[in-house]
Amino acid sequence: MSFPTTTQPNVLAQRMEGPSPAVAVAKDLARRGVMIAPASIVLGAVFWGTDGALSVALGLGIVVVNFLLAAAMLGYAARISLALMAGAALFGFLIRLGLITIAVLLVRNEPWVELVPLGISLIISHLGLLFWEMRFVSASLAFPGLKPPPNERRIIQEPEMNPVEQQEQL
Amino acid sequence: MKNASAASGAGYAYGLAAIGPGIGIGYLVGQAVQAMARQPESAGQVQTTMFLGIAFTEALALIGFVVFILLKFV
Repeated sequence: MSFPTTTQPNVLAQRMEGPSPAVAVAKDLARRGVMIAPASIVLGAVFWGTDGALSVALGLGIVVVNFLLAAAMLGYAARISLALMAGAALFGFLIRLGLITIAVLLVRNEPWVELVPLGISLIISHLGLLFWEMRFVSASLAFPGLKPPPNERRIIQEPEMNPVEQQEQL
Repeated sequence: MKNASAASGAGYAYGLAAIGPGIGIGYLVGQAVQAMARQPESAGQVQTTMFLGIAFTEALALIGFVVFILLKFV
């Protein structure tokens, strides 16, 4: 007769409590999206005119709403159970891809929509915002708002003195 | 004939571009959930990493979607 030596964690019974870090990251991404919006819209206007500017704004809006929706779904599901969060991540991907498709197909025949700047803004803003966010998240992974100021980081990064050097200084 | 080829190519681009990220997100989320279940104290960090991973993986599907609309409608 053998007894199990390890216990498998039950993902159905576990859930996350407190504020969702995904929502915090998504809000940060949305804030940065608003920050880059004027420059992106101006670039769209320079290359494709007023229609290009409107299309770039639409693309940026779709990307930001996509981030917020993804984080809201993950955060809500994680408070119920981790297994539901996995389901929300997978089906959320399909649902959001479908929503993006519907949103673009609904407006594609509108006279103010240029598909090339819309597509370019979708890809570049999505990847650009993510890479920008990565710089801050890597400093303080769980909560980007808690990134230490540069002075404190410098102190942390200084190499520790070995005991012999410490005794010499004393 | 040319339109039919473009339409087929667009469909394949969209479909294939959605399959890869689907597999990637499934694997990523599975591993993340296992990590959260084993170490609940680091669930916040794992969820942040998972969210960014999902978003990066989703970019592939977005690129496929953009190729689809450009092939089909431009």
